[in-house]
Amino acid sequence: MEPLYILAIGAMAGVAAYLLMSRNVLRMVLGLLLLGNAANLTIFVAGRLGSSVPPLITGDQTTIAVSANPLPQALILTAIVISFSLVAFTVVLLHKAHQRLHIVDTEKMREAEPVRSIATHDSSETKQ
Amino acid sequence: MMSSHLLLTAPIAAPLIGLALTTLLWRSPQQQRIASLAAGFIFLWSAIALLAATMDGTILATQFGSWDAPFGISFVADNLASAMVLITAIMAVTIAIYQLTDPEENGRPMFHPLYHGLLLGVTGAFMTGDIFNMYVWFEIMLVSSFGLLVLGGTKEQLDAGVKYVMLNLVMTTLFLVAVAFLYGATGTLNMADLAHRVPMIENTGLTAVLALLFFLAFASKAALFPLFFWLPASYHTASTPVLAIFAGLLTKVGVYAIVRCFTLIFPVTDGLASMIGIIAALTMITGVLGAASHFDIRKILSFHIISQIGYMLVGVALATPLALAGSVLYIVHHIIVKANLFLIGGVIKRKTGSYQLKAIGGLHRAAPFLAIMFCIPALSLAGLPPLSGFWAKYLVVKPSLDTGNWYLAATALIVGVLTLYSMLKIWNEAFWKAPPESVPMITQASGGAFALQYVAIAVLSVITLCIGLNPEPFVTFSVEAADQLTNSSRYINAVMESSYADD
Repeated sequence: MEPLYILAIGAMAGVAAYLLMSRNVLRMVLGLLLLGNAANLTIFVAGRLGSSVPPLITGDQTTIAVSANPLPQALILTAIVISFSLVAFTVVLLHKAHQRLHIVDTEKMREAEPVRSIATHDSSETKQ
Repeated sequence: MMSSHLLLTAPIAAPLIGLALTTLLWRSPQQQRIASLAAGFIFLWSAIALLAATMDGTILATQFGSWDAPFGISFVADNLASAMVLITAIMAVTIAIYQLTDPEENGRPMFHPLYHGLLLGVTGAFMTGDIFNMYVWFEIMLVSSFGLLVLGGTKEQLDAGVKYVMLNLVMTTLFLVAVAFLYGATGTLNMADLAHRVPMIENTGLTAVLALLFFLAFASKAALFPLFFWLPASYHTASTPVLAIFAGLLTKVGVYAIVRCFTLIFPVTDGLASMIGIIAALTMITGVLGAASHFDIRKILSFHIISQIGYMLVGVALATPLALAGSVLYIVHHIIVKANLFLIGGVIKRKTGSYQLKAIGGLHRAAPFLAIMFCIPALSLAGLPPLSGFWAKYLVVKPSLDTGNWYLAATALIVGVLTLYSMLKIWNEAFWKAPPESVPMITQASGGAFALQYVAIAVLSVITLCIGLNPEPFVTFSVEAADQLTNSSRYINAVMESSYADD
């Protein structure tokens, strides 16, 4: 099972990297979503796949020999909630930015760091 | 005497209460401010209590939900953590006081809840003893900082917000992946237990990769070379109170995480040490050169944040007790000085209407008190005796020379001179030169309009003077903190006392 998961994680991370390097903010947010899910799957695999027996201890026992690892599921649940809220915020931010700036291309987002040529301006402003 | 459980929970509870109260008082700005300030003072009190309890070198630890370590989430306060919590609380109160007469965030009820959310995340990250829990606190801190940054909704802020949010989200995801790999390799998330188990990993290549992943994730948080680009792209668009709290705390959480991880979980090896040392030197140089090329007060100060982070990292690279003590003292000194400079920048902007050094001038006549107050943090940042920066820099340079890393000492000293150049530039342009004739004269606001802003600035300047003129208790404290960091068994024993007792 693990190799299949690892290939899936690799594919997701690769697609996420491709999308994140795009200049279109909408693609970037999709890339963030995929990257977050690739991270969640990584936690899942790191917790070892194997038994699917629920980790429950019945009345007359004190320990269980073989069961699924419950911790990765708790971690992923936390991570999913966090990434959901962050992506929701990002989408609202991008929507607002699009409303005000009318651009989706990050290369053209220069409001905070305006580009000015040295010739027309006395060298004091940022050139980046 | 309070129990260690209460002592460790109170600094988290105070911002949480502040967050809840200020959200409830959404519609009444006056009450919201009072609630915000009150929560700040409760926070300060709980932080003082925590520091008092750990002052003698005891390490307090507690486990939540009656799960013993390493299964429950641990909260730990050693000297470093409690000092960081106290500094956070001092920042929380002074910036809340400053904000009372600062009109920038008036009419934005969202400011106070987000402000306390940020403090909550920062404090949690300082005190947690669980690496996954640290990720959660990082995210609380981040989501609050996203909100605070774009609160004004101006074009500049939205533009900066997009870059800040994207880059930070990618890097925290990297942190999460690193946590997953570490868990896969060791089967534990508790930092004390990790310190015990990471050396048992037989595959040394794996340990090195894990260490690098964590370093990368924290380095972007701390704005180290070459991962600092999000900071100068976004910080200068925020309002003054937001900028001051960002400048004081956000990057320092990254530095704290590096100090904690690379003393406890991944003790620095030779190869790693030289890499961190080179990155520290490059961070110092890039930051100070970036500052030299700008004429906007906020941009100059933003680049100096980056430059100063390099100094804090020197201690991690050298990993001797004295060098780590230097890092601790540097962080404490820097948070106070840097936030103060941004607050002063905010007053300059309010008095003259501009952050552009070309457009302003003559403030030494118009605001002599402000001029004196500027000198203290500015000269301290540059490291002139007898201010706090001198002692902090001394504790960075001396161990560098002791261990034969002359290049770090030389870089630190040269960058100190260039820092002085930047500070003199602000002094000459904003305070000393005659105001440009083309611009209208300084706005004459009534004296009381700035009163509480001056109080906040004065408090921070007095703390800087205290560290500068009486450094001995602070140095002793830092040396003790460094001793706890280098003898990680003290930390491990405090957290795991019940679990390892059986072995």
